[in-house]
Amino acid sequence: MEKKTRQKTDIIGKIPKWAWLLISLATALILWYILSINPKTSRVFPNAVLVFGSIGTMIERGVFWKDIGSSMLSVIMGFAFGFVTAVPVAFLMAWYRPVRYIVEPWIQFIRNIPPLAYVPLIVIGVGVGRTPQVIVIWLATFLTMTVTIFQGVINVDETLIKAAKVLGAKDSDLFVKVIFPATTPFIITAIRLGISVALTTLIAAESTGAVAGIGMRIRSLSNSYETTPMLLYIIIIGVIGMLSEKVLKLFERKFTGWQEKREI
Amino acid sequence: MAREERNIKVHIDNVKKIYSGRNGDMVALNGVSLDILDNEFICVVGPSGCGKSTLLNIIAGLLEPTSGTVEVDGVKVEGTGVDRGVVFQQYALFPWLTVRKNVEFGLKLQGKSQKERDEITMKYLRMVELEKFADSYPKELSGGMKQRVAIARAYAVNPSVLLMDEPFGALDAQTRTQLQTELLKTWEEEKKTCFFVTHDIEEAIVLATKVIIMSARPGRIKDIVPIDIPYPRDQETKISPRFNELKNHIWSEVYQEYLAVRK
Repeated sequence: MEKKTRQKTDIIGKIPKWAWLLISLATALILWYILSINPKTSRVFPNAVLVFGSIGTMIERGVFWKDIGSSMLSVIMGFAFGFVTAVPVAFLMAWYRPVRYIVEPWIQFIRNIPPLAYVPLIVIGVGVGRTPQVIVIWLATFLTMTVTIFQGVINVDETLIKAAKVLGAKDSDLFVKVIFPATTPFIITAIRLGISVALTTLIAAESTGAVAGIGMRIRSLSNSYETTPMLLYIIIIGVIGMLSEKVLKLFERKFTGWQEKREI
Repeated sequence: MAREERNIKVHIDNVKKIYSGRNGDMVALNGVSLDILDNEFICVVGPSGCGKSTLLNIIAGLLEPTSGTVEVDGVKVEGTGVDRGVVFQQYALFPWLTVRKNVEFGLKLQGKSQKERDEITMKYLRMVELEKFADSYPKELSGGMKQRVAIARAYAVNPSVLLMDEPFGALDAQTRTQLQTELLKTWEEEKKTCFFVTHDIEEAIVLATKVIIMSARPGRIKDIVPIDIPYPRDQETKISPRFNELKNHIWSEVYQEYLAVRK
């Protein structure tokens, strides 16, 4: 039976990965083309050439780079604050049970509220501009990353800690030499989830009266029914997500290549 | 308190261990006293849950006894220490470190120089015949190889006593006998005092100078059986008549305890 499946997968396996990527891309473009000539959907899916051509229009309007730059700045700042706060909170939660018992229910509680819901409240609190955007992204990434890193710390194999102790490790050695390296796979996962949350929250964050930004622009283009650049901007969010994933993959290979379970 | 007997390595004095849980207290060990002499290879057998691993963990300093004391080289055990090396059933190798770095781990903590570390590491990797795998990661090794690295790592810090908690329990039969033979060879060379917990009676007899039989919970020492089969031993020892006599004797004693558990 094993042989049969082997043969079947052989043809599939012979096609290189990059070719699959091309096939996937071509499939999407064909679908897109069909949608763009169908009168019912052509409004939402304008011709691909027009969509990518609208980069020029947006650059001419002088907003393209400003939007991407502004969004990236908010995402990076929010994410960075989220990360540097999530790491200590996660470790404190894992080490001190009172901290965990007090903090965890609230993290779970707030995590399930869509950021869009509390954005107006934050704007009332801190006003419009960069600050509310960073706060919204910080909050969302902090919650997600704390939960993930916390899981990592409490999942550190007890026997590894014992093994380090019997080899002469003191409590201070344990953190640097065992708990931290053992947690890296979870920290990488937390970063991955954090980036994804930061991007999804971006749109909510930029509804706070931003003057530029990808999310803000999509909103303003929607007011003028300019679906072509709108679709372009939506695609750009996806591209940013994919690029950051690629960069993260490199780090992951470098720092967690020792793991028993590898990607499928 | 000075003792006359110079060659007592580990002195276990009336150790009791009670685990307190939600369903009340559970007495794991009750009044265990034992002296382990220098160069002895002690194997502990007994039915599951008899507290043999608990006793090992108390000697290692990973668990505190409820009452009673353990002394190693005349010093009271309080927490872990490098005078007691431990080999765990689950290998417990640091997966993010190469084989070499795993063996080096304890030496680095002792602040040994790179040169010293390299020498000691390679010595023990050669001992377990894994010098070719010095730069591999644990995930690239089989279970038997992992446990050999763990043994080399425990040896590297040169402990006074080696504590082994069912170290071959997770291995297949063939690898198991192979590692027993290797461990015998190593022990015959250095005669490092060993405290070896196992549930495999054959394994206990082939390795040990003395087999300790523990009773069912609460764990006590039921019997101490000196193994009078001369070294060097190997797997063929297992077919000798004396081996089988000892095996039958120990087996029936353990079996009685096993029946006691079932009652």
